[in-house]
Amino acid sequence: MTIAAAAPTAANTAARFSPRWLADQLQRYILHIVVIGLTVAWVVPTLGLLVSSIRPFSAQATSGWWTFFSNPTTFTLSNYTDVLSQSNLGQAFFNSFMIAVPATVLPVTIGAFAAYAFSWMRFPARNAIFLALVGLLAVPLQLTFIPILTFYVQNLHWTTDNLTATGIPGLPWVPLWLAHAGYGLPFSIYLLANFFRALPSDLFESAEIDGAGTLTVFFRIVMPLSVPAIASLVIFQFLWVWNDLLVALIYVGGAPEVAPLTVNLANLTNSLGQGSNLLTSAAFFSMIVPLIVFLSLQRYFVRGILAGSVKG
Amino acid sequence: MDFSVLLQDIPTLLVVIIGVPAILAAYIIGGEYLVRRLPDKNRPQVRPWLWVGPALFLVAAYLLLPAIFTIKQSFENNAGDWVGFNNFANQLGDFPNGGAWIAIRNNVIFWLIFYTLFTLVFGLALAVLFDRVRYEQVVKSLIFMPMAISSVALGLIWDFMYQYQPPGQAQTGTMNALVTTFLHHDPVTWLQDQWPAEGFNVLNNLALIGAATWGITGFAMVILSAALKGIPGELLEAARVDGAGELTVFRRVILPLMMPTVVVVGTTLVIFALKAFDVVYVMTSGGYNTDVLAFRMYKLLYSSYNLGGASSVAIILLIAVVPVLIFNLRQFRAVEARR
Repeated sequence: MTIAAAAPTAANTAARFSPRWLADQLQRYILHIVVIGLTVAWVVPTLGLLVSSIRPFSAQATSGWWTFFSNPTTFTLSNYTDVLSQSNLGQAFFNSFMIAVPATVLPVTIGAFAAYAFSWMRFPARNAIFLALVGLLAVPLQLTFIPILTFYVQNLHWTTDNLTATGIPGLPWVPLWLAHAGYGLPFSIYLLANFFRALPSDLFESAEIDGAGTLTVFFRIVMPLSVPAIASLVIFQFLWVWNDLLVALIYVGGAPEVAPLTVNLANLTNSLGQGSNLLTSAAFFSMIVPLIVFLSLQRYFVRGILAGSVKG
Repeated sequence: MDFSVLLQDIPTLLVVIIGVPAILAAYIIGGEYLVRRLPDKNRPQVRPWLWVGPALFLVAAYLLLPAIFTIKQSFENNAGDWVGFNNFANQLGDFPNGGAWIAIRNNVIFWLIFYTLFTLVFGLALAVLFDRVRYEQVVKSLIFMPMAISSVALGLIWDFMYQYQPPGQAQTGTMNALVTTFLHHDPVTWLQDQWPAEGFNVLNNLALIGAATWGITGFAMVILSAALKGIPGELLEAARVDGAGELTVFRRVILPLMMPTVVVVGTTLVIFALKAFDVVYVMTSGGYNTDVLAFRMYKLLYSSYNLGGASSVAIILLIAVVPVLIFNLRQFRAVEARR
């Protein structure tokens, strides 16, 4: 991005060096300065943490991260090697995947089934149920934690210890998967139903005439046509679950065998104390996956947001 | 890092990557197989419930029923005995600094107003400014990037921004370096400072809100930018040809046309503001009068195991959200009516 990349403006016809021309040029420079200035201001917090994470602790404690640029020889990766050997980050990274993958697959798939029915099947109270789902989008999740947790612990005996003791792989995360599925479904159904409904009805009629069953229509026609909507939903839900702290904290807690990266990082903050050098590298470690997903699939992510998100 | 963990957990990996989709596929294929064996006239009655069934079950189990139980719980003590409005009285007595009042004030005044306002103003300004430069996509990505990182990481990033060293020492936090160098002011303890007055601590709440705003502005910007691109170019040209300055064009043409989108983004932000949790949890743990309702509920539940108290705080949160909820539903209906 260079200043030379000037934007076309409407009034660009004034003669060279006339007062009008000068004013236009000036305005254009101011625009670029403001745009670049704001962007730089936005990047500084992240940049500061990144630079801090490659400085030794002694330097971090006594001088600001910006001094690194005048003395770049202090570069070190020890913060990264230390945090990876000391904390359970490897395990937490694995746990985050174990949580995020099913917690994405479940609401997207089940949501797609439901959205298909809401868009192309008739059943009693269809619109009323759909409206209720939209209403549930805004309900604070906090409202649901206590009864679910009580039910999990008292009726199902689904505590992390009990579930781990069964030795069945993946079982300790089942409570969390189901919870994320329940919380993610209203948004998932809302987004997909809007997309499915916009598909041309001729498609369904001709498929029916050809004798295609519901399953064939769903898997061979609806799914392939909806790849963009499903992709944006998958990214949205994956990032949401990956970055979630509250739901994980409530349903699986901080036990290192099951806790995801966010919980691990929050625990590190509490145990090491804010300002510890290891936190900088740990924070960056936790950002790797979301940043890769985001940078490679940004287009779909933005599309998902534009599809009318009121999720939180 | 201990990579052996990845080898030990291969069964888990298989369960997750093969098992979960397999169960879902088996459900729908098996269900359809059964539906097809039904008599012709029953099929259309049964089939929709096969498809919406799991979704309705999960939503009922995880959102609807728990919400109803929480309402009931807020009138009970831990043993399940009816205590009337006692829980609410505990939370709402002692105005203005006791019970939940600080959390209510922070949520309903500070967060709701400043978080929504800052985000909308920044989002709108960035959308309009970026629309005029050719490198729009690059700068937009950079503003949007904080959306991809977790609020825990966001909290850490801002902890470093707000770091405090006593006056006279070299400041390590960016904000205090700016304050001491350019304003020649003593360094500020951003997250603890009670300015302007104890009990009306705007500054440290704004510090938290600023961090959250930084994270969410990209969201507002992207939606507002899409709405801006939807305004026909001829309309703006016509106004400029008529001699309207850029500010007038913005105020009289762009803003009115973008108002519906601003309202949608605004209501979404209001809901986010009322549900604020992560930033507070990571940065102050609700200390120094920065408590918010979601955090207070969490604390009552986990630190004090006060089920009734936690439920009543959740209900207070719900009551704050309901007007926005109704507004959203009306908007949704209006949009549906236009389809």
